[in-house]
Amino acid sequence: MPVTRGFSRRRAEPPRRLPPGQYDVGAGWPVLTAEATPRIARESWSVGVDGLVERPTTWTWEEVQQLPRSSYQGDIHCVTTWSKFDTLFTGVSVDTLLEAAGPLPEAGFVMAHSSTGYTTNLPLADITDGRAWIVWEHDGRPLTAEHGGPVRLLVPHLYFWKSAKWISRLELTAEDRPGFWERNGYHDRGDPWLEQRYQGDP
Amino acid sequence: MTGGDAVALEDEFAPGGTGATAWTTGRIITKELPAPHLVRLRLHVEDRQRHWPGQHYLLRLRAPDDYTAQRSYSVASDDSDPLVELLVERLPDGEVSEFLADVAEVGDVLEMRGPIGRWFRWDTRTPALCLVGGTGVVPAISMIRAARHLGRSDLLRVLAVARTPEELPYAEELARAGATIAFTRHATSTRPAGPPTAAEVAPLLAGAEVAYVCGSSRFAGFGEELLVGSGFRPEAIRVERFGVTGS
Repeated sequence: MPVTRGFSRRRAEPPRRLPPGQYDVGAGWPVLTAEATPRIARESWSVGVDGLVERPTTWTWEEVQQLPRSSYQGDIHCVTTWSKFDTLFTGVSVDTLLEAAGPLPEAGFVMAHSSTGYTTNLPLADITDGRAWIVWEHDGRPLTAEHGGPVRLLVPHLYFWKSAKWISRLELTAEDRPGFWERNGYHDRGDPWLEQRYQGDP
Repeated sequence: MTGGDAVALEDEFAPGGTGATAWTTGRIITKELPAPHLVRLRLHVEDRQRHWPGQHYLLRLRAPDDYTAQRSYSVASDDSDPLVELLVERLPDGEVSEFLADVAEVGDVLEMRGPIGRWFRWDTRTPALCLVGGTGVVPAISMIRAARHLGRSDLLRVLAVARTPEELPYAEELARAGATIAFTRHATSTRPAGPPTAAEVAPLLAGAEVAYVCGSSRFAGFGEELLVGSGFRPEAIRVERFGVTGS
């Protein structure tokens, strides 16, 4: 592809932790939302795991607080090309929720549902083994509504549209079905290191 | 590109198609700086695909050592325009926007990919309201142009917001299209300075089946609350927001 006349690299080398095509957004945290931001009270929030599981289970805010806490410290990457380094999120590992619900052997995929109706699909393997959380704190403070509070999904090794805001339900399925952005042009998996941004990417 | 056929886009687009778009190139045909912080580019795009108003393009810059930087920009032109028009806000230390403002010239070739986005787009036949602020007016301009081209300007209502007249891109075109314009820090002979009110938005809501909110993150939050507070269904609101927040 053509070199852009007059354009040059601004920094000596991008940090090795920056996936291709991304830039470091620094201290900011862009808000990207396709829908109106819902205002959800903790008291009325709950999250469920259902579909192909032995024990469909729902947790209220109070109940989820009783589960063992787990934190993620590291980087996040948005398909719109910003990355944010050294974030700190606290919540509970998705492994803990799945353990309680007992995925059936035929469950291979997950549809994450938000209370707004937003959905995003993931292979089950992408949210197990300590790679996904539901979180309610960022940098030690309650997650704001515009960033998905009171509770959002966090799958930091994939582009951030997979980390569904206002998470309400994880539905385990045998087949992969596209979610909201996946039906609207985004890639089915969204690995930032492979630049899986849009349909048709590798 | 086909041009003069006054049919709704959906007659010729298969909704739910693959959506796959490949990188191509666009040549800058015109470049203007309509305001110190704005760059308006009109580009000829190779192998161009048709687009819906509200969709966006990616623009990618490539350095000699293969370093790239890419950003997405809403399209201001409508599908009948032979060129793709982008309006870019120059951001402080904006790697791409500063290049476009200061370095890019007519005749330069840029990598482009699009159109992208199948959510924040108008199907050109559903009665719609645009609540847009600052450079967020760009997708509304594409919708206005598409509606005018199709002879269906009655379908679209626009409420455009800016701090001052100088900060409202496409101000004349918005006024000609009958948009309601609200300045938050500038009083006019007909309107005091201030954000749009529920009383101003109410007459625009009647009959609107979908609302497009586009602007800064703060503006979008305000716009959503104004619409929902006015009784508009949250699930019929489509939002495109940009900018960062430290929270």
